[in-house]
Amino acid sequence: MLRFLLQRLALLATTLVVASFAIYSALYAAPGNPIATLTGGRTPTPEAIAVLEARYHLNDPFLVRYWDWLVGALHGDLGVSIPLHQEVSTLIGERIGTTAALVAYAAVIILVVGVGLGILGALRPGAVDGAVIVFTTISAALPSFVASIVLLLVFAVNLGWFPAFGTGTGVVDGFRHLTLPACALALTSIALVARITRAAVRDELGREHVQTAISRGIPFPAVVRRHVLRNAAIPITTVAGLTIASLIALSSVVERAFALNGLGSYLVQAALSKDFAVVQGISLVLVVAFVVVNVIVDLLYATLDPRVALGSRAT
Amino acid sequence: MTALLEIEQLGVDLAVEGAQRTVLRDVSLTIGAGEAVGLVGESGSGKSMTARAVDRLLPARATVRGAIRFDGRDVLALRGAALRDYRGEVAFVFQDARAHTNPVRTIGDFMTETLRTQRKLRRPEARRRAVALLAEVGIEDGERRLGQHPHELSGGMLQRVMIATALLTEPRLLLADEPTTALDVTTQAEVMAILDDLRRDRELALLFITHDLELAGAVCDRTAVMYAGQIVEQRASHLLHDDPLHPYTAGLVAARPSISSTSPRLAAIPGRPLSAFEAPEGCAFAPRCGHADEVCVATRPDVATIDEGAARCHHAVALRGRLAEAFRV
Ligand SMILES: Nc1ncnc2c1ncn2[C@@H]1O[C@H](COP(=O)(O)OP(=O)(O)OP(=O)(O)O)[C@@H](O)[C@H]1O
Ligand code: SF4
Ligand SMILES: [Mg+2]
Repeated sequence: MLRFLLQRLALLATTLVVASFAIYSALYAAPGNPIATLTGGRTPTPEAIAVLEARYHLNDPFLVRYWDWLVGALHGDLGVSIPLHQEVSTLIGERIGTTAALVAYAAVIILVVGVGLGILGALRPGAVDGAVIVFTTISAALPSFVASIVLLLVFAVNLGWFPAFGTGTGVVDGFRHLTLPACALALTSIALVARITRAAVRDELGREHVQTAISRGIPFPAVVRRHVLRNAAIPITTVAGLTIASLIALSSVVERAFALNGLGSYLVQAALSKDFAVVQGISLVLVVAFVVVNVIVDLLYATLDPRVALGSRAT
Repeated sequence: MTALLEIEQLGVDLAVEGAQRTVLRDVSLTIGAGEAVGLVGESGSGKSMTARAVDRLLPARATVRGAIRFDGRDVLALRGAALRDYRGEVAFVFQDARAHTNPVRTIGDFMTETLRTQRKLRRPEARRRAVALLAEVGIEDGERRLGQHPHELSGGMLQRVMIATALLTEPRLLLADEPTTALDVTTQAEVMAILDDLRRDRELALLFITHDLELAGAVCDRTAVMYAGQIVEQRASHLLHDDPLHPYTAGLVAARPSISSTSPRLAAIPGRPLSAFEAPEGCAFAPRCGHADEVCVATRPDVATIDEGAARCHHAVALRGRLAEAFRV
């Protein structure tokens, strides 16, 4: 188990180094001149340029700049936004809560509704299963921006149940404001998770060891809980985990549609205004979050399946 | 001997691609309390389906005809808690122990599950009993084994765990469906000996399913031979070999290269075994039988009682005594 853990941590570190390098170099190579951004289009004097270059280390070699940035990032210093003259970490800090809450809320919806529907479909063939299939087919076909618009129109504009825009103030109001965005973000993934769950539960139900349990007079609900769901949890965890990790990237679409001041929408805004330090910073945070969620899924997987943790060959 | 299990004219159809396909036809078999009965036949003859029907483990949408009684109870009518209690009295040992144990649960959990959830035993007591039974099946370090997972045990070890688990709830009937076929020869003999010993100690009735006529004879008082979803012969095991009543049994005897026999290479039964749904109008064995005539092709034979045995063959009486010779080459 320890060995497994160390392996995963080594992999995590490698992934982060590679990803951070990719992020940094992609933006380094991107078109646009930071000096022009800084001076707002006016032609600066050569002295002014020199001062700015020195302050933002614009003349250092690429690898040195990457290294400085990485070391800074490890200390929580992501540099300064040139157009806004503010610490990137502060800018991110102001918005990370919204995105984290949105993704967490959507994750809970995905797990509860997706896994729930999948189990229902697998255990109740016929009408219930048919309804699950119809629902997942429709929701799988809806891209999140379409889902956002539909939900906005129906529940915010027509029914007026939920607010259409903004983050709200306080916990309860915040929840109300995040409900529609979280649903829009979750909808496509619910379909995927429901289908995987349905297939996994079906699969397990047909397994011989389930028959053994039945042949021993264990009540069916206990068989389902102890043998079917317990085993189906292995593939479900993997898929649900990856799906939830992918929400981190998808959140920008929904944040923009619902005018939420989160990292995703800010990333798009920063990219449009060529605010490189912010783009780099947010990208790094998103990648770290993605990788960390993946590692958690891996560890969960290993805890759920004893054959993985021990690394032995099961036949 | 009073009958513990009575199977009467059992017929089973399974749903295959929308159609109902017959897999068992008119199967009648009785097992007395503490009696061991062998069920022998080639692949697809319906041995497993018979055992599954007894334990009510048939696939969904199966149609069942006839009657099964256990200790006077109508097995086919059991529902809910009564069915679960019945399953506690009838234990099933499957062929593939590995597939039949949950890979993510420990041996301890697997063994004590019924005791804890159904018999409401406390965990330490359930584990104590499990360790004791493991010792009886020749697994000494039971305490350690309980903490392991199925993939950490060899096939033979796992099958012994299966047998111990089956006996843990003190059943009255054991359904053993080829419990040793998946094991290598030495392990096979060990597991068989353990199963036989424990069964006799406990006066446990046994339905022992195997391909192997001689193995059935070694373990069982009586053996039933199945062909194409029907029982074609039933007899005291020691008589099957030298005095078979059905041409198919004689063929099985001849096809087995016996270690004890000094006879030269023996003939196999020509043709391939049929499943019940493929069987022709008349005698199911007619296409492969050296004694078949028009009567055999035209009408399905009934079971005829001969001495202490029974055979499903038009010419059983006439052929008596000549069958054992017929296949020798
Ligand atoms: N799930 C199923 N659906 C449909 N037909 C089945 C199913 N399982 C078995 N059968 C058919 O039922 C018949 C009897 O099968 P059964 O498993 O009882 O044979 P068996 O005597 O146990 O053979 P083996 O020695 O190979 O285990 C066969 O024709 C088989 O093809
Ligand atoms: S009834 Fe005829 S075909 Fe069938 S086993 Fe007897 S002799 Fe052979
Ligand atoms: Mg079988």
